[in-house]
Amino acid sequence: MPQLDADRVRGLIGDDLIADCSSHGDTAFTVRREAIRRVLRALREDDVLRFDMLMDLAAADRSGLQERSERFEVVYQLYSLWNGWRLRIKVPVPEAELHLDSIHDLWKSANWSEREVWDMFGIRFHGHPNLKRILCHHEFVGHPLRKDYARSRGQWCATTETLEDELALVHEEERRRARELGDFEPTEAQINERMLVNIGPSHPLSHGTLRVLVELEGETIKHAIPEIGYLHRGFEKSAEKGVWNNVMPYADRLNYVSALSNNVAYAKAVEKLAGIEVPDRCKYIRVVVNELSRIMDHCVCNAANIVDVGALTNFWYLFTVREKIYTVLEKLTGARLTNSYARVGGLARDLYPGFAEEVRAVLRECVPYLEDVLVLVKNNRIFQERTVGVSAISAQDAIDYGWTGPCLRAAGVPLDARKRDGYYFYDEFDFDVPVGENGDAYDRIMVRFEECFQSLRIIEQALDRMPEGPVNSELNRFVLPPKEEVYRDIEPLMNHFMLVMFGTPVPPGETYDSFEVPNGELGFYIISDGTGKPYRVRVRPPCWYLYQAYPQLVQGAMVADMAAALGSLNIVAGELDR
Amino acid sequence: MNMAQLATHDPFITTRFDAALAWARKNSLFPLPFGTACCAIEFMGVVSSQFDISRFGAEIVRFSPRQSDLMIVSGTVVYKMVPILRRIYAQMAAPKWVISMGVCASSGGFYDDYCTLQGIDQVVPVDVYVPGCPPSPDLLLDGLLKLQKKIDEQRLLQKA
Repeated sequence: MPQLDADRVRGLIGDDLIADCSSHGDTAFTVRREAIRRVLRALREDDVLRFDMLMDLAAADRSGLQERSERFEVVYQLYSLWNGWRLRIKVPVPEAELHLDSIHDLWKSANWSEREVWDMFGIRFHGHPNLKRILCHHEFVGHPLRKDYARSRGQWCATTETLEDELALVHEEERRRARELGDFEPTEAQINERMLVNIGPSHPLSHGTLRVLVELEGETIKHAIPEIGYLHRGFEKSAEKGVWNNVMPYADRLNYVSALSNNVAYAKAVEKLAGIEVPDRCKYIRVVVNELSRIMDHCVCNAANIVDVGALTNFWYLFTVREKIYTVLEKLTGARLTNSYARVGGLARDLYPGFAEEVRAVLRECVPYLEDVLVLVKNNRIFQERTVGVSAISAQDAIDYGWTGPCLRAAGVPLDARKRDGYYFYDEFDFDVPVGENGDAYDRIMVRFEECFQSLRIIEQALDRMPEGPVNSELNRFVLPPKEEVYRDIEPLMNHFMLVMFGTPVPPGETYDSFEVPNGELGFYIISDGTGKPYRVRVRPPCWYLYQAYPQLVQGAMVADMAAALGSLNIVAGELDR
Repeated sequence: MNMAQLATHDPFITTRFDAALAWARKNSLFPLPFGTACCAIEFMGVVSSQFDISRFGAEIVRFSPRQSDLMIVSGTVVYKMVPILRRIYAQMAAPKWVISMGVCASSGGFYDDYCTLQGIDQVVPVDVYVPGCPPSPDLLLDGLLKLQKKIDEQRLLQKA
């Protein structure tokens, strides 16, 4: 794969370039605030660069950093699907003028992210159609991710939003579209005749904490308005309070169905920033636990999805698979669900003796369950009628929304960071990337099933090739000294104390690192100020971008299709709301 | 005397009415899973075959507050969720009980920040707290047994 042509990017930015701030192998440019729309549009439309995905849009409050800069910075992570290139564009925003142009019309994925930046930092986006809080509740005052907002200053919420303002917006949009197409505009009376149904946040369909307000005409969904933030528990703020390794348990609870993948993703990102290379054995172990998590995650997702469309037996079958893998992981890590196994620069502990045989045995037992479920649903007429053609999305739209992972692959785009970036020897394993055709719920479910089988292949190979040796990096200053030594000698005891209290300094700088977790690309954008604590940890949650497309997916569908659509996206609230 | 003998030889047993009622209540709890986060996944584990909550008569999971008498708050409750939690609790018909599953629901857990409610007992009365992050399924079952004991001790005229 050829390298990104940085000169071409520089040429496109032209006089609006402030600085080249590439580091850690990332290409990054700082751009003048007034020119951001022009620059991003040019990067997107350029024939060679073709940055067609906005992977992430976030901001940072840089007031605590040593360097002289404007207080805020808005950061755009671009990805060129065609070339596999990444590019970071940063825009300084001075405290006196907290605003810049919205790009919600360039990428659909920008819409919610801009709202989040407004919510968390108070930066306004000109031209955004619906700039209001998204994660914090509507009675919240202030912007919590600013450095001067005290972490534990909670604010009570007495009422729930009616969402009438957003309803008015979608009606406005509907009228505008009707005018464009030369159709009849819906009259006030027609709109009043529709029925409003509030679904969630506590509803079996809503997987915990999602709320959707739907407007129905008969049983057809005219509009769906999702409201999120009912599980916003402040990951990004909490990550700033402890040392680097303290983020690990929080990372567990992002996507709690596959906690180990999040662990590994975070550790990998910090290692990139700190310049640590982990031993080969560690990489193979990380591959094994990541793939085990993928199987579990897909099993839970498919189980819930299939039960949502009415087939209960499969739920028990798939949960048996999950339970079996849990038992192994519990033995390895001490916890069933939230494992906290990875560490920066290595792992909490090595594998126990006999792990490989046990995993092989468990996986052999799991295969019949997966196959049985496939026999039950694959050609089942009822199941097909509930899922085939339901909530279909085109590849172009999926890219525009920033979709990644199995949902994007079900829409026919074979993007898999494991194959493409080839970290942790993924490029040496023999496995296939299943791809769907129609991008509907059925394809998403089937892609997940197939990925389970591919993960089995990867685990088998990784166990075969796993070398002996240490699991922690030699030069690793993050790892706690062995407990026996801590109890015996003063030197390891002091080390332990310093590591726990003050952490290991990471050189100042920033980086973005991505990892293919079961749901798609989990990215971490990390800024270090040179101390033992993270300065800013921004997560790029795959669910966030998947769920943004939900109103479009269910528009015009039946109410019952909402369940199939939602389940097939695998929205995990812990990751969506963080 | 076993039940078969009881039925054939002596079809009547004498007991206090409220004891019989408590016995019936504690063995047929209808849980409403107020599942928000990680603990809800473990709750699913408790319901499914390996741990099987139906051994304790509480397998009929109802998502409607009108049909349930045990609210299991499993997961973090944030301030935004508070009005909903209160409302759902208010919609449940008495007698009703609440299990706070996991440390997040019990005290906010390690989410000591601007958005997380520091314990649901600030807004709804809690009968049993189950520790853990998340609690293992056995621990939740233990909490359920504790609740059953508590229900057993409650008397008819006492407020549930």
